[in-house]
Amino acid sequence: MTDASELRRRTREFLAAHPPAATGRLDFLRARFDAGLAWVHFPEGLGGLGAPRALQAVVDAELEAAGAPDNDPRRIGIGLGMAAPTILQYGTEEQKRRFLKPLWTGEEVWCQLFSEPGAGSDLAALGTRAVREGDDWVVNGQKVWTSSAHVARWAILIARTDPDVPKHKGITYFLCDMTDPGVEVRPLRQITGEAEFNEVFLTDVRIPDSHRLGEVGDGWRVAQTTLNNERVAIGGMRLPREGGMIGPVSRTWRERPELRTHELHQRLLKLWVDAEVARLTGERLRQQLVAGQPGPEGAGMKLGFARLNQEISGLEVELLGAEGLLYDDWTMRRPEKVDFTGREAGYRYLRAKGNSIEGGTSEVLLNIVAERVLGLPAEPRTDKDVAWKDLAR
Amino acid sequence: MSTQPDLLYSEEEEALRGAVRDLLTDHCDAAGVLARAETDTPHDLSLWKALADGMGLAGLLVPEDRGGQGATHREAAVVLEELGRAVAPVPYLTSAVVATEALLACDGDTVGQELLGDLASARKTGALAVGLHTAAGGAFTSVRAENGTLSGTVTGVADAAVADVLLVPADDGGLYAVDADAAAITPQTSLDLTRPLAEVRLDAAPGRRIGDAGPAVRRALRAGAGLLASEQLGLADWTLTETVRYLKDRKQFNRPVGGFQALKHRLARLWLEVVNLRAAARAAADALATGADTDVSVAVAQAYAAPAAVHAAEEALQLHGGIGMTWEHPVHLYLKRAKADSIAYGTAGAHREALAELVDLRAP
Repeated sequence: MTDASELRRRTREFLAAHPPAATGRLDFLRARFDAGLAWVHFPEGLGGLGAPRALQAVVDAELEAAGAPDNDPRRIGIGLGMAAPTILQYGTEEQKRRFLKPLWTGEEVWCQLFSEPGAGSDLAALGTRAVREGDDWVVNGQKVWTSSAHVARWAILIARTDPDVPKHKGITYFLCDMTDPGVEVRPLRQITGEAEFNEVFLTDVRIPDSHRLGEVGDGWRVAQTTLNNERVAIGGMRLPREGGMIGPVSRTWRERPELRTHELHQRLLKLWVDAEVARLTGERLRQQLVAGQPGPEGAGMKLGFARLNQEISGLEVELLGAEGLLYDDWTMRRPEKVDFTGREAGYRYLRAKGNSIEGGTSEVLLNIVAERVLGLPAEPRTDKDVAWKDLAR
Repeated sequence: MSTQPDLLYSEEEEALRGAVRDLLTDHCDAAGVLARAETDTPHDLSLWKALADGMGLAGLLVPEDRGGQGATHREAAVVLEELGRAVAPVPYLTSAVVATEALLACDGDTVGQELLGDLASARKTGALAVGLHTAAGGAFTSVRAENGTLSGTVTGVADAAVADVLLVPADDGGLYAVDADAAAITPQTSLDLTRPLAEVRLDAAPGRRIGDAGPAVRRALRAGAGLLASEQLGLADWTLTETVRYLKDRKQFNRPVGGFQALKHRLARLWLEVVNLRAAARAAADALATGADTDVSVAVAQAYAAPAAVHAAEEALQLHGGIGMTWEHPVHLYLKRAKADSIAYGTAGAHREALAELVDLRAP
């Protein structure tokens, strides 16, 4: 059994053997992975020690105090938050050994090829086809809203392998090589001016069967692991008081008394309270997970987070008055990482609009809460027993 | 902010909840509460005796060496969640929390300490003679102290009708203990049927000065506001649960009403508010127990809890349709309590104003 003091000892020993100041960044990260200090709740040999997830904080605190480099988690969020837990749960031993280490060190960036122009909230209706040819699958189709596709080495991909069965049953999950000549990534410019995400065209992309994750036809179930982790990743970041979107507007309020009005004051205080309560809810959720009592509260975190980000950033633009009429830069760029609070107020306002769409729209999430948490009747379904090829589109 | 509040319930707290809920299930059904509300004795004194004396809950906040149970605000909060779920007409919040906290602040006076023991052991019930609407730090009425007696009128005092002893702020800055028999206590027709208010009139009534009113009242009202959030959580939790149950059962257009997306989304949003309310209420209870970050935690909890509980009760009424508008259905008891609670110990707006100072987000 690995406890906190044992982990602290291990981390200090590791730091003694690999002093951050005298070790190259990548060498340090690779050695940290090999020492089981990357994500301690992962199994031994795969970057972890099979320890409780909560104990990662012990390791991180020691490393941070020693000035150790990190793996720049914002650059590799999809790999860490979505691909890794799915590969861990469904991957073969060979897949886990091949993919998890460079994923964690950031040597290989991952993206997610799930949504399609014709399959958004109804993701299971996706039409990208994968057809078996010898030891390979040949993939054709179009994916969309793919963050980081332009820097990704690998993608998690779901595609239709059997159009003759109902939609949820004919999907298979793959790990797709983004350097395959059949993969074409085109930037998709957003309302912020930049292209954080892309559309991805797949033309006769060949994926070896050894890069299939889970059973043929079981891709929908495998994808649930990815999607549940995505919502936790988007809504569940640990924050100090005034962390997140409420921070910049609170600072502006304090530093620029000439901008204050009574009406904005009332709205700011309400949102400050809401943000603090949302932070406490996230903290409570984490305490439940650490105590091994996971509750259904996680289902709603992203809903609250999206609404708050949108209202707070809208207030901030208004508070700025004349300056709120300006925008920092409309230049088309392709950023390598996602930062909701980065740049200026106008950007924050526009980027936050995506928070209630990405990772499941708020409308779909409300249905999920109503049905799975409150047990209310499901939406009437007309597609359950119909073969995918016969669905209306 | 280096350490996070403990926002969970311990096993002991869950056991306490179970015991209180069992008692309330057996002795505090909605029909009984409603029937009692229309009589001259809206308080349920036998239930109060069972809780306060039988289960020893009146003394949770009082140290063992001063005659109490030596528990904390965390446990008292759990009791209040359950009392809120049942809109129980007992003076727990006013006597075992608010009056008790006022006495805890008067630790230099022997009579005050004796009273504290009396309240903790449920030999007596106490009430702080301050209007229920008053926020910690807000202005309150002081009666006139003259020649060792007190004269004056305080209105809107919750649960005064069942108090044995009144704790009365006077214009000399003192807090006085006054025997209820020495005061004229007249019930006021109150919005909240289950926590009725009364007017307290003193006419040269004898009183014993037990301490300074300022710090005692402030401390009492802050604890009242913080733990009221747990009562509001109980109210909101009951109204949501009951509404979900009803909408699964109620059929129109040949299907359960709860299957309509417009209603599902409203209920899902309410659920989110209750989840948030639970975190805020636990944070306030924990902060009162530990003394860390207390002013901010209490103000945040009350600024969030007051509108959330009202919203839950208002939605419950609307989603019940016509039956929700009837006297017979208990949802109005919850609406009235939730609305009164939104004013009790300071409105959400008053708590937001306090926060403006506390977290340095000042008015123009």
